[in-house]
Amino acid sequence: MPKLTIKDLQKIKEKKKRTSKLREGGDYRVKITVHMGTCGIAAGARKIMNAFIEEIEKHDSSDIFLTNSGCAGLCSKEPMATIEVLDQAPVKYIDLNEKKVEEIFQKHVMGGNIAKEYALGKGSEKTDA
Amino acid sequence: MEDISLHILDIAENSIKAKAKNIKIKFHENTKKDKTILEIADDGEGMNKKTLNKALNPFFTTKNTRTVGLGLSLLSESAKAANGTFSIKSKPGKGTHLKAVFQTSHIDRKPMGDIASTLISIISGHPEVNLVYAHQLNGKKYRLNTKKIKSQLNGIRINSPEVLQIIKSNIKKGLDYIGRQK
Ligand SMILES: Nc1ncnc2c1ncn2[C@@H]1O[C@H](COP(=O)(O)OP(=O)(O)OP(=O)(O)O)[C@@H](O)[C@H]1O
Ligand SMILES: [Mg+2]
Repeated sequence: MPKLTIKDLQKIKEKKKRTSKLREGGDYRVKITVHMGTCGIAAGARKIMNAFIEEIEKHDSSDIFLTNSGCAGLCSKEPMATIEVLDQAPVKYIDLNEKKVEEIFQKHVMGGNIAKEYALGKGSEKTDA
Repeated sequence: MEDISLHILDIAENSIKAKAKNIKIKFHENTKKDKTILEIADDGEGMNKKTLNKALNPFFTTKNTRTVGLGLSLLSESAKAANGTFSIKSKPGKGTHLKAVFQTSHIDRKPMGDIASTLISIISGHPEVNLVYAHQLNGKKYRLNTKKIKSQLNGIRINSPEVLQIIKSNIKKGLDYIGRQK
């Protein structure tokens, strides 16, 4: 049976120690929360999660905290994600797809400008269900 | 839910919401018996009898944002639609254990779906949770244990993209190796 070998993992160690700085909470520049309640998952939240992972990799970002939480209470607008730049109000993005994730990441996470066309309204809700 | 892998993600999110530190997902497929057994166990808060009884009722949820809880009842329906069964045991303070049995060849058995994406999604969103995935098909086994992986990473986070990619390809290889069906 295929096992994850120490050798596999060492390859990464050499490649990048600094990815170890991917934040686990508290100490990050941007927090991205993908909503993963039943309704979100049924609407495609997993694809959105994977799209964010891809963006983080593409941009080689190490100051982002990507996590997920439960239903955001707006099932008809799923999949949804909340983006919170440090010291700014959280922004909820609705009806997401992979293309929108790419744009939002570029504009908001990297550029600091809210992608208003996909946003629900600034800071009106909290991240946790 | 479109497939079983999405059910798993949904159930695991329940475990995480219940503050589980350990989640074990087990698949047991037996071709001769034409059975696929899925078991998910967590060490989260668990449920008392009342909550547990209600948990299978689609109009119950402890959240106040919405009045309909769906996840558990949907999995139960999926299993029963494939001539299977669903059962769940839970103890407050101890955790929850559920079992869904499917008749593998049944026309209404949902496809497995993208198991690797589901596991990566869980690991990435909740790196602090220890996840075991054990899949057995007619005696061939694949097992992933994130606690073990974390112990070998020497401070590199398990949710860094490089590590996630290695894990993902390992899962795919593992599932190919045991030859699990679609
Ligand atoms: N593993 C678990 N541990 C403890 N409690 C659980 C667990 N799974 C489910 N429950 C309880 O059962 C309820 C119903 O779960 P279900 O997944 O159906 O809906 P939900 O999680 O409340 O909503 P949604 O998944 O749509 O966001 C939950 O609110 C929770 O109280
Ligand atoms: Mg749920």
